[in-house]
Amino acid sequence: MSLLTDTAGAHAPRQTSKTAPRGPRDSRLSVIAATGFLVVIAVYMLLPVFWLIVAATKSQGDLVDSFGLWFSDFQLFDNLRALFAKQDGVYLPWLLNSLLYAGAGAAVGTLLSAMAGYALAKYRFRGREFLFSVVLGGVLVPATALALPLFLLFAEVDATNTFWSVFLPSIVSPFGVYLSRIFAAASVPDELLEAARIDGAGELRTFFTMSLRLMSPAMVTIFLFQFVVIWNNFLLPLVMLQDDRLYPVTLGLFTWQSQVSRDPSLQILSLTGSLVSVVPIVITFLVLQRYWKAGLAAGAVKS
Amino acid sequence: MTADPIAATASPPAQTAPAPVPARRRRNWAPVFFLLPFFVPFVLFTLVPVGYAFYQSLLKTERTGGTFGRKTTVFAGLDQYKEVLGDAEFLGSVGRVLVFGLVQIPVMLLLALVLALLLDSTVARLKRFFRIAYFVPYGIPGVIAALMWAFLYDPRLSPIVDLLDKAGSAPDFLGSSMMLWSIGNVVTWTYTGYNMLIIYAALQAVPSDIYEAARMDGASEATIAWRIKVPILRPALILTGVFSIIGTLQLFTEPQVLRSISTSVTSTYTPNLAAYSLASANNYSEAAAMSVTLALATFVLSFGFLKLTGRKAES
Repeated sequence: MSLLTDTAGAHAPRQTSKTAPRGPRDSRLSVIAATGFLVVIAVYMLLPVFWLIVAATKSQGDLVDSFGLWFSDFQLFDNLRALFAKQDGVYLPWLLNSLLYAGAGAAVGTLLSAMAGYALAKYRFRGREFLFSVVLGGVLVPATALALPLFLLFAEVDATNTFWSVFLPSIVSPFGVYLSRIFAAASVPDELLEAARIDGAGELRTFFTMSLRLMSPAMVTIFLFQFVVIWNNFLLPLVMLQDDRLYPVTLGLFTWQSQVSRDPSLQILSLTGSLVSVVPIVITFLVLQRYWKAGLAAGAVKS
Repeated sequence: MTADPIAATASPPAQTAPAPVPARRRRNWAPVFFLLPFFVPFVLFTLVPVGYAFYQSLLKTERTGGTFGRKTTVFAGLDQYKEVLGDAEFLGSVGRVLVFGLVQIPVMLLLALVLALLLDSTVARLKRFFRIAYFVPYGIPGVIAALMWAFLYDPRLSPIVDLLDKAGSAPDFLGSSMMLWSIGNVVTWTYTGYNMLIIYAALQAVPSDIYEAARMDGASEATIAWRIKVPILRPALILTGVFSIIGTLQLFTEPQVLRSISTSVTSTYTPNLAAYSLASANNYSEAAAMSVTLALATFVLSFGFLKLTGRKAES
């Protein structure tokens, strides 16, 4: 609070109070300057995406010859046909694999995180803080440092190059537990739990029918971010998988890209494939955005 | 980069309100039931691998009877660590990511802070659109982001290089002197919007009557931003800082993708690439020692940063 008084006392010439109230009366110059800056950054953020959209509509020849930021001959549908036909149609399985790894992995991971976070927030038991510190330590373990030992461990049980070798490690989200604990503490009132207990509801029933619903905005946030993390994961599948039918789409596109010198047609296909692969994530974000915004705000509130 | 953390602005867990005590009697099994499904995979796929990496790093493969002799694994203590710490290429890669982080992290976080403050201020327009626009790159996988930028850097294909050439001369984005900053640009592009959103969410949590009071007292928007909002944002900035440090030391995807089109990225360009290359050459023990060293360095740097910024906050 001393900051507040500081501000008021030392830096507040009286006359500026005229412009104080808000919005409409801000000086036109500062509106233009601020909006101009935001536009410049928006162009920086969106230009590569626009370029990708344009590039995916071109033939391999035009990709090299025509100006990159505008359309030439519209070849998108030919590219799509070629994309899904390449290598016996391996692209579609890649896409489905990614959806399965990220969708199912994030769903399972979110539920496990929510249960653990709820227990850490709402029950008192010995070792609670210790367990929580261990989880927090897990947040700081670099995922890339885990990939190699995970490979060796899975190799011990002969399970590398399987669906499970990528899926199982993905369901662990210490950060999800951390968030769940905060959200559970903030959004599940103890009075409500007590009331449910008095009414004779068991602990499981209380959790699954009541607490889970109260925590749902938070869970959407956790789901979404874990979805993105798994979808983006590159090193783990790179290390684990040899069979290209098990690849997630990122790894598949990477292998195409690194074979361009042998097969130049892969260049336009990996671009078209990149564009197609971004679509599911965009849809997920748009569908869930009203929920996860609520969750994000809840997470930012000091409990 | 794995930094999945979001909403890092939430208050530290230690402050979580203590749960009421009466739950003790018959409900002892309940926390166990809720915790096990997470902790079993957590132990198997996080704690055990960490321990295994450490164990592996203490071993060494030796060949008895010359290069073609039988392979045996022997306990070597800290030999592998000596090897790693004396490895000029590994040390070079560490130095490289440190330089990278010292430049890229402040640039990215400053940009994210300015954007969040502008979107929270009264002077900007079209805020919803900008918020979504800045967040778009985060939704694009690192592999694909690097692939896209690789094209935009490539002099044969890039419209940007074309335009820069017409305007004067374009730098060689894929050359060895520019490569680190080209990677920095990809990382900044991907994560600025994400960090902005964390900072922005923290700003939303501030009750607006504080601002009203300041305005009544005659504070300008800039003064409010600098004197009230930035101090409030300190925890959010510290946490985005820590996660950026972790991400930087883990740098792998972007250099690995750019490696497929440019010779400027060596097989030991970043510490993680170095470990990956060693493992590909079946030298698991030294790769494990590198991973452990890297994880330790990550801990030390993040905690160091926390301490440093924490102390400043006190004074």
